[in-house]
Amino acid sequence: MTLKVPPSSDLKLSRPPSRTARRSVIAKLWSGAAHTEAIAPLLVGLCALLLWEGAVRLLGLPPYLLPGPLLVLKTLVQEWPDLFSSLLVTLQITVLAFLAATVSGVLLAILFTQSKWIERSLFPYVVILQTTPIVAIAPLIIIWLKNSTFAALVVCAWIVALFPIVSNTTLGLNSADRTLQNLFRLYGASRWQTLWYLRLPSAMPYFLGGLRISGGLALIGAVVAEFVAGTGGARSGIAYQILMSSYKLQIPRMFAALSLTTVLGVLIFVGLTWLSDRLLRHWHDSALPREH
Amino acid sequence: MTATAIALHQINKTYANGTTALQGVDLNIYTGELVSLVGPSGCGKSTVLKLVAGLDQPTHGHIAWQTRERHLAFVFQDAALMPWATVVDNVHLPLKLKGQSLRASRSRIQAALNLVALQGFEHSYPRQLSGGMKMRVSIARALVTQPQILLMDEPFGALDEISRSRLNGELLQLWQQHHWTVVFVTHNIYEAVYLSHRVVVMGAQPGRIVATVAVDEPYPRSESFRTTPQFNRYCREVAHHLAIGDAPTPDSMPSPSPSLSP
Repeated sequence: MTLKVPPSSDLKLSRPPSRTARRSVIAKLWSGAAHTEAIAPLLVGLCALLLWEGAVRLLGLPPYLLPGPLLVLKTLVQEWPDLFSSLLVTLQITVLAFLAATVSGVLLAILFTQSKWIERSLFPYVVILQTTPIVAIAPLIIIWLKNSTFAALVVCAWIVALFPIVSNTTLGLNSADRTLQNLFRLYGASRWQTLWYLRLPSAMPYFLGGLRISGGLALIGAVVAEFVAGTGGARSGIAYQILMSSYKLQIPRMFAALSLTTVLGVLIFVGLTWLSDRLLRHWHDSALPREH
Repeated sequence: MTATAIALHQINKTYANGTTALQGVDLNIYTGELVSLVGPSGCGKSTVLKLVAGLDQPTHGHIAWQTRERHLAFVFQDAALMPWATVVDNVHLPLKLKGQSLRASRSRIQAALNLVALQGFEHSYPRQLSGGMKMRVSIARALVTQPQILLMDEPFGALDEISRSRLNGELLQLWQQHHWTVVFVTHNIYEAVYLSHRVVVMGAQPGRIVATVAVDEPYPRSESFRTTPQFNRYCREVAHHLAIGDAPTPDSMPSPSPSLSP
């Protein structure tokens, strides 16, 4: 399996309207204001769930083929302690990998922008890291780090989450306004002053765009690596629960675990979007309210 | 006129791709004068400013300075403000780069903002300001260093006509108070004549000085100067030299291409 990631820069530069619309819905929900814009997608979701439940009942599908949403919800409540503690393990892996990817990604991007030659020599290897299917190398990493499956899982998730941050931040650091660069030179700014006062702030919107992609990817990386690790780990994450449930044909439980993972992914995205809006609200177009 | 502040001797500038931006440019800039460089796009007038500012090096020739200390400030065509910083932080930038804290620079920043009439906008962000106000911030940022020489690269080029003529008047007032040496690049003949002691007319391909027109009109110049016959005469003279400069010189004339011949 390869993870399909849209070119992160494109995502940043030409944001499709649907994304903006979704963002504004999230922002509205977040501010606590019940708004008609928020009702529409909720209604769609509710209709889909009703249709699903109705179809399952009408066609008499057995739960091991397709459980209805009500049954999934019931299972979720019943299995909550087990599933939630597993989710926390996955969350831990995700957060650690995400933090590692953020720190190392920004440092790498800064290194790349110090010289064209460093970027030319190293960037291809970051791309290779990105294009290597994580499922293929996860077993190796787990064997290499056999003393700690947890560390191996973090490394796998880190590899998946790294690229958008490096790529976006490098792009951002390189797109500092030329005139401002001249101004900094004219006033005798040092390399560090230019980096700190000009390049890093210029890179902020790009970096935050990368962050939003990486947040979701860190979770996907963690789940994929857990799948590969299988049942071997001492501390089992949510993917382990999905895997075990499917082995035992406990399909409602599998759906419950799956929906928990999805909710976690959405929460990560919403959180990072909120962070991005907070940090950019004074100056960047992406954080301004949309004009109709 | 008084002492020469900056002297450009036989400046040539050729870029790596072979285009000649400047050829044989001789120009004396006198202390305390306001001199304009006027010319079509690609005549190298901005290049002259960049060379004077030290942002680029001439291929041949050299630039002599009257004083060792160069208190230079540059105002660019686009205001080039940092969008993430407030007006105060933007104006603080040149001092910050010299290691002066915001606290220590407060009074100088406020003085610079007062000069360009931006009191009350200290904590605004650039996107909240109009084009003219952004340019005022940019000018305040240049003035906060208390420069002696002000290099302005089409500073009002992106503004509407009303803002432009208002800022022209304000610039003249400031200049009379502070006696800076100003090198002002523009493609607007009227602006150049209205502001300057001398208008240096440049031609393109290769970039060179075609003529210098002295505007013998005493300062302070009021807005009504723009409607006098003398003003018109100066403008016509500059336009005349521009037209000559635009015609290719014989040695740079390309052989007539078939599509252009009748």
